Amino acid sequence: MRFVDEFRDAEKAQALAAQIAGLCEPGRQYKLMEVCGGHTHTIYKHGLEDYLPETITLVHGPGCPVCVIPMGRVDDAIFIARQPDVIMTTFGDMMRVPGSHGSFFDAKAEGADIRMVYSPLDSLKIARQHPDKRVVFMAIGFETTAPSSAMTVLRAAAEGIENFSIFCNHVTIIPAIKAILDSPDLRLDGFIGPGHVSTVIGCRPYEFIAGDYGKPLVCAGFEPLDLLQSIYMLMLQLAQGRSQVENQYTRVVAWDGNPKALRAINEVMELRPYFEWRGLGFISHSALRVRERYAGFDAERLFLVPGVRVADPKACQCGEVLKGVLKPWECKVFGTACTPETPIGTCMVSPEGACAAYYNFGRFTRERVKEATRS
Amino acid sequence: MCLGIPGEVVEILPDRPDLAKVDVSGVKRAINIGLLEKETLRPGDWVLIHVGFALSKIDEEEAKAALEFLEGIGQAYADELAAMSESKIE
Amino acid sequence: MTADREQQVLDRIEKARRRRPKLKEERITLAHGSGGKASATLVEAVFLEAFRNPLLEPLEDGAVLAAGGARLAFTTDSFVVSPLFFPGGDIGDLAVNGTVNDLAVSGARPLWLSAGFILEEGFPVADLERIVASMAAAARAAGVQVVTGDTKVVQRGKADGCYVNTAGVGVIERTGTLELAAARPGDAVIVSGPIGDHGVTVMLARGELDIESEVVTDTAPLAGLVERLLDATEGVRGLRDATRGGVATILNEVARAAGVAVVIEEDAVPVRTEVRGACELLGIDPLYVACEGRMVAVVDGSAAEAAVAALRSHPLGEGAAVIGRVKDDPPGLVLLRTSFGGTRIVDLLVGDPLPRIC
Repeated sequence: MRFVDEFRDAEKAQALAAQIAGLCEPGRQYKLMEVCGGHTHTIYKHGLEDYLPETITLVHGPGCPVCVIPMGRVDDAIFIARQPDVIMTTFGDMMRVPGSHGSFFDAKAEGADIRMVYSPLDSLKIARQHPDKRVVFMAIGFETTAPSSAMTVLRAAAEGIENFSIFCNHVTIIPAIKAILDSPDLRLDGFIGPGHVSTVIGCRPYEFIAGDYGKPLVCAGFEPLDLLQSIYMLMLQLAQGRSQVENQYTRVVAWDGNPKALRAINEVMELRPYFEWRGLGFISHSALRVRERYAGFDAERLFLVPGVRVADPKACQCGEVLKGVLKPWECKVFGTACTPETPIGTCMVSPEGACAAYYNFGRFTRERVKEATRS
Repeated sequence: MCLGIPGEVVEILPDRPDLAKVDVSGVKRAINIGLLEKETLRPGDWVLIHVGFALSKIDEEEAKAALEFLEGIGQAYADELAAMSESKIE
Repeated sequence: MTADREQQVLDRIEKARRRRPKLKEERITLAHGSGGKASATLVEAVFLEAFRNPLLEPLEDGAVLAAGGARLAFTTDSFVVSPLFFPGGDIGDLAVNGTVNDLAVSGARPLWLSAGFILEEGFPVADLERIVASMAAAARAAGVQVVTGDTKVVQRGKADGCYVNTAGVGVIERTGTLELAAARPGDAVIVSGPIGDHGVTVMLARGELDIESEVVTDTAPLAGLVERLLDATEGVRGLRDATRGGVATILNEVARAAGVAVVIEEDAVPVRTEVRGACELLGIDPLYVACEGRMVAVVDGSAAEAAVAALRSHPLGEGAAVIGRVKDDPPGLVLLRTSFGGTRIVDLLVGDPLPRIC
């Protein structure tokens, strides 16, 4: 596969790994956070950590836009799905996220018409095919996905489709990063920036991280060599005492992002004054909602959702795990009240969340696993 | 949110200027190219696909440059390994 | 001190893991039918609990029975695929080949099938005839006969048109048993051809994803292929046909049943280009995608070459390859060495692999 395979070349990985190791100051521990869930997935999928020295720890950030959706919003979505004549359409990621009385999967088992789609355009297609039904699209994701939801609403408006709406749960990345940066017990040395969010917002929005907080950020692609190169670039900055925003993913990310995509978001959506993130609490201006002029496509207005706030259990310590302050097993509810089958916070909801990963495989040290795969 | 795949444009749909057919390793799908500004997309161009939309055109020059950088590091490493194995400290 | 506390937490998890799996859900969800963790829990917590007996316990693809001096294999499978017709085959092909294959991997010569139909009121007879014609052709190709059957009709809205159940009996003429639990360190793990064709075909055929491709199902009767393999070498420990849950599920079954580690090489796993493309596009791992005409064999290390040669000599085993080895540590785990050179643990999924956007 072009533009994929070349960036999965193991030989080049060895070279980068040697460079990275060479940049480590003896006796110093490094903590780098990859913000985006897709990066966490790449790290696990390709076994990237095997190329890093023990002194570099990758901290998995709050980059799963699905897992950070609080239970109350999941409940609201299921409320909508249960209304008469509603077809709820959603990405696969959403199916297992727990609300206070079960997930989409459970609601489907109880009779709600919930269908998985690949694109919001597919959802619009279903709306065209079923004029007698009210089709709702569960709009989730960071700024990467928001333009697609916005364009679909614009299309629906242009075609005069009246039975389509979106339940807007798009969240924005910068406030989440800022919340982590502002915490007093922050122990991160640098950030691996979200590559695909940046195709939309560009690299400029991250400049405050380097400028005001003195932490380097490298905007990274999603193939394993992209990530390794980004880590190399971060380590180089740290070794040279620089803190800048750099772009590793130049084949796809422009410094100014995608202006048309930003215009589409701005046309259809606006920032909510605040939004609650599972495990992180309320963060201001961190999520989007549909503007008044597109009210006919806003499921929140059309369906009068209960909007009951379901608080995170007090015991949830996801915030600290996300910031790299606590290890999963140090969380008071890890393995007892909070397990992959009964997850409380985002770190356990996401299969690649730090806690879920540790729960399933923590007992196998990296050495033992590496030893086994040595032929 | 993050799953973006490179795909090759194989056809611009004549009656729908906002759609193009792309090929990902032999698998094809029509995607919306409405987010690409002023780009005149031609068959043979590559785009980054996310949930049925093209988010960006892949800059092949930049891709080449990235690979050349990696090649360079790779070569330097290989050279060093070769030098190491050749020099024996008696 | 902290090391102790960490170990305490890990020990607690280990204890919870060893407890008999309890079904927490009050209702059946789709995950219970996908062949992953939820399915396994359902089988153990509900069916095994109720029916427990030594013949059932092994939970292999077929039960091995002894009667009047003969050894028989007996198996059943139900087919609920939607859509009923897809590129390369239909529910009828699956219904015959699926049961034939379960018998074949139990080491039996498949002989007789039953066919039970649950039909939806309003289902076109022409479609039924098409399905049955496929079954007849598949039965002829597999050398089996459908000797008994049943038909029920349910009200409009149920049964998705047509559900089929087939049960099969075969006779085991070879000595020795085939079981995954016999796997031991040093064994080779072999797959008979490219994986994921069937699952991707059906996913795309549902039409919701609007993706065009040339992938077709790999449904095929494997009895001949199994015979070719067993004739060539005595070193076969166990066989399984990869169905729902894909190859990854079988590898986990080997690791757990035998208490061994299974280590596979990503580069060695055969996957067709288009299957890979579709999986990349949807964010799905081909290791978990269903097949319907592929076999996983665990063979003694010294017999690996002969085994692969035997498989490749048969048209259905063209793409056969050694994909990994059995090791002793860490027991119960499936590990993958990625093309990138890193390692990853291949766990059972809870339910079906779901397309993702993140």
